[in-house]
Amino acid sequence: MKTVIIKYNAGNVQSVMYALDRIGAGYIYTDDVEEIRSADKVIFPGVGEASTTMNYLRKVGLDKVIPSLKQPVFGTCIGMQLMCRFSEENNTECMGIFDVDVKRFPAEAGMKVPHMGWNNISNYASPLTYGVPDNAYVYFVHSFAPPVCDYTVASCQYATSFSAMLHRDNFYAAQFHCEISGDVGQQIMENFLKI
Amino acid sequence: MLTKRIIPCLDVKDGRTVKGVNFVNLRDAGDAVELGALYAAQGADELVYLDITATIDGRSTFIDLVRRVAQTVNIPFTVGGGISSIADVSALLHAGADKVSINSAAVRNPDLINELSLEFGSQCIVVAIDTRYIATEQGHEHVVHTHGGRKATEIRTIPWAKEVEERGAGEILLTSMDTDGTKAGFALELTSAISGNANIPVIASGGAGNMEHFYDVFTAGKADAGLAASIFHFREIDIPDLKGYLNEKGLPIRMTR
Repeated sequence: MKTVIIKYNAGNVQSVMYALDRIGAGYIYTDDVEEIRSADKVIFPGVGEASTTMNYLRKVGLDKVIPSLKQPVFGTCIGMQLMCRFSEENNTECMGIFDVDVKRFPAEAGMKVPHMGWNNISNYASPLTYGVPDNAYVYFVHSFAPPVCDYTVASCQYATSFSAMLHRDNFYAAQFHCEISGDVGQQIMENFLKI
Repeated sequence: MLTKRIIPCLDVKDGRTVKGVNFVNLRDAGDAVELGALYAAQGADELVYLDITATIDGRSTFIDLVRRVAQTVNIPFTVGGGISSIADVSALLHAGADKVSINSAAVRNPDLINELSLEFGSQCIVVAIDTRYIATEQGHEHVVHTHGGRKATEIRTIPWAKEVEERGAGEILLTSMDTDGTKAGFALELTSAISGNANIPVIASGGAGNMEHFYDVFTAGKADAGLAASIFHFREIDIPDLKGYLNEKGLPIRMTR
């Protein structure tokens, strides 16, 4: 099986590679379109700011490539947000794979932003959460998130209810960091690789 | 619900933990990677590795250690100690650290906080504040210290905490040098004054001696996370016991077993 991690201008990809190493899954880290198209599985990870990362994807044409992929694609953190329609982070038009807008967490007393730390997810409806216990804890670091919508397959509560995971056809996404979410995160990554 | 985090801190010199540890089930008690993996398996929510090496050779040893921790441990970890430039941070993040903690360099050059958060994102920039309550011309005040808490600065702790947030810090690691090592409990009033007024998470450090101290710092102290070193290393408190205790007391805690 050929797994590709999409290379672009987002950070923190090293942790994802180490997590795949721990699972024993091989991968190629590349921005080459042919390599991406010919992969069995595509991972679109990263930490970053929406407009900077989206501008880069446009510049290299990946903004058209990613939505056209037919194999399972797994976006995490900023990867998930870029797969949505629009982000309030610097008012950024994103790829529109999921027809939902990414919103900033409301400023409420006692609710610090970024939402940072371990929070529980619930209402699973995804093959990626197979074998994951109900209300499992995963690690989040983000200031923006899509609300619960038609594509939500796991939700989380912080000031408001938001989408922790999205799914549409061959596109899967998680707002949290599977790669540092302990055994639960590892299970979700293994589930994606088994699809 | 977002949980309160329990964070063991490992002091590292030349790639090995320096504070004595007495984990009988560790092959090598000084192996910082193995100890971190054990804490992760026990349910630690994050780890902090503090490099106390002073030499250039030691720095590259530390980066190698960071890489091995990232390869081994599947929870987030922060690294700190002697970080003073974008290049330092870049090397540590590329080695696989999730966050970096800056301390003296931020005091010397506060603009560094802005530069680092712009370059790498606020989420990975932790500003460590070492503070001590000392006599000043105003009476007694909380004052920022550097050099491991030995050297007083002119900076007052509470406004400094607000300033580092405004400059783009993603988290504050607040260590009270008054309580550190006393095992008499965290500095609750100061922690509460800072965390209750901050829009970023605050990790409380210094003074943990028993499980109740963690309960106090999460309630009266309003801390988002509690950090300790020797009480975990010497097994005076076991992490699973601590998390079970806090959970029974009704706090939001990530239970892993």
